[in-house]
Amino acid sequence: MTAPLPLVLQDVHKAFDRSEILRGVDLQLQPGERCALIGPNGAGKSSLFHVVSGRYRADAGRVLLHGRDITREPPQQIHRLGLARSFQITSLFPRLSAFENVRCALLWTLGYRYAFWRRIGQLRDASERALSVLDKVGLAKRAEVAAGELSYAEQRALELAVTIAADASVILLDEPTAGMSRAESAAMVALIREVTVGKTLLMVEHDMQVVFGLADRIAVMDNGRVIACDSAERIRANPDVQALYLDRRPHG
Amino acid sequence: MRRIVLPWLLFALMLLAAPLVFPQSAALSLLSQMGTMVLLCLSYNMLLGEGGMLSFGHAVYSGLGAFGAIHLMNRMADGVLAFPVTLVPLAGGLTGALCAVVLGYLTTRRAGTTFAMITLGLVELVSACVLMFPEVFGGEGGISGNRVIGEPVLGISYGPQIQVYYLIAGWLLVCAIAIHALRHTPLGRILNAVRDNPERAAFLGYDPQRVRYLALILSAFFAGVSGGLSAINFEIVSAEYVGALRSGTILLFTFIGGTAYFYGPIIGGVIGVLFSSWLSAYTQAWQFYLGAFFILIVMTTPGGLASLLDRSWRLLQGGQMNARLAGRLAWWLAAALCTLTGVILATEMAYQASLGSLADTGEGAASLMLWGWRIDVHAAAPWGLAALCVVVGAGALVAWQRSGRAR
Repeated sequence: MTAPLPLVLQDVHKAFDRSEILRGVDLQLQPGERCALIGPNGAGKSSLFHVVSGRYRADAGRVLLHGRDITREPPQQIHRLGLARSFQITSLFPRLSAFENVRCALLWTLGYRYAFWRRIGQLRDASERALSVLDKVGLAKRAEVAAGELSYAEQRALELAVTIAADASVILLDEPTAGMSRAESAAMVALIREVTVGKTLLMVEHDMQVVFGLADRIAVMDNGRVIACDSAERIRANPDVQALYLDRRPHG
Repeated sequence: MRRIVLPWLLFALMLLAAPLVFPQSAALSLLSQMGTMVLLCLSYNMLLGEGGMLSFGHAVYSGLGAFGAIHLMNRMADGVLAFPVTLVPLAGGLTGALCAVVLGYLTTRRAGTTFAMITLGLVELVSACVLMFPEVFGGEGGISGNRVIGEPVLGISYGPQIQVYYLIAGWLLVCAIAIHALRHTPLGRILNAVRDNPERAAFLGYDPQRVRYLALILSAFFAGVSGGLSAINFEIVSAEYVGALRSGTILLFTFIGGTAYFYGPIIGGVIGVLFSSWLSAYTQAWQFYLGAFFILIVMTTPGGLASLLDRSWRLLQGGQMNARLAGRLAWWLAAALCTLTGVILATEMAYQASLGSLADTGEGAASLMLWGWRIDVHAAAPWGLAALCVVVGAGALVAWQRSGRAR
């Protein structure tokens, strides 16, 4: 018996006030692959992320995480089952230090849940792991700075740290290099490559250089559907994709 | 370790020494009230400061805890139940927590403004219920009891106020340490996370509603302990205990003290009781002063008095206190004092002119006694003086601010 795929989307629909955002999305991720989700603005990429991570509930269709139906689960339950996501607009705990941000991301996975009878300072495993994650993303020296006071690039790195801290098997990254300079973006790509080894990654990205640099496969969304999902060369050669990008972005 | 123990030792010493410094009976009852109010504010700050939950109904839990305690005391007096008086506040706490288990399940479903609105509704609901069941809550008159029950244990009967004070101080110390410890637990930290960004907390495996719910139950426990102590202190519990006014008072005091610091609510509770119990003995206008003080704090130091203390402490420690700064501070103090004098003079005269005449026999308003001076509230000179003080003081304050900005 083969293990179920990490993430499977079957005919997912979502509408807001009769305007259909997702019109039957099908997508399958293989274990350990890095898949980039591209497409024009308004194609439904972010909405798809919200449906998968539990912020929105799909109107129809199914989302399977390691073979388990998570279509109707709340975000916290989906996280506990092994899916972590980052946000396009940085979403941290601004008044907590960088270190506390990462430690909060670890507590549930380490089994401390809602404990109010244990001193957090004595949970060695949590603090050691938080420090090692911070070190990985290059924020070790900024550990005690409040997240709200970090620079933009540092906040993006912390966003990634919080997402990967709990060691989830499936990771969703929503535009990890948005708003970054070329150099910052290259550093982020290297970082993502390093910290997602062995994980299944799905990311929304507009920067084609990042997409071709990172992704094993590219899924193209348009008008609420995935119109193609293939390797980089085949996507480049795909006439539908060419038409899509030539029609809408004559200068792109 | 010393950094943790030393402040608590100091706090314990202060609690221990306070009645020795202020031995008068009026001061003792004031200190007892401060103790219960400080505990109440500390418990409230678990919601407001730690969890970002602006509750307008915190008095519900302390009030119901107080009712639980007074009923227990009356059963004990009847001889139905044997229970040490020292542990009655624990019963108050458990009552408060139990009420939070039921009521909090609804209120903590939502956060932010919606949460605030729901608590506002809840406080009205509970107040109405308290008046609807006079056999349980005593109606308008409330329920009275007696804290001296049975034979004294180790010479302690809780008859004399000093014994009640030390009971309150002991419970306050234990609860304050517990509340402080709770901040540094996984739940305490996740509560901060839910305050800052509930959605992200959910995407990290935590149910924000559950976090808020647990925090409320814990907070209500300490509020209930405070209510139980009040029941012992006053030997009467009435409907006001659960009312909106009392809830608002808790919010006011906590905010004045400062929500971002653990010791903020302690300062707030002490200052608040000074305003409401001590100042009210001297002037009818104490609520006016309290309100003005609150607005001033909100507008100029949103971090409360604790942030003011923190900043000046850092200034002193950093060795940045020099002649220029000291001069500026003196300037500010003189200007503020001048303004304050004018405002107080005007307020007191206005109160005397309007309210003092009510009790009068037709010969015009009685003259006002202020700082040992007899002031005729219908003469023009004192009004002119008040206006002058305000104008000069405010002018000096504006000049102070401008000169600070220029550098």
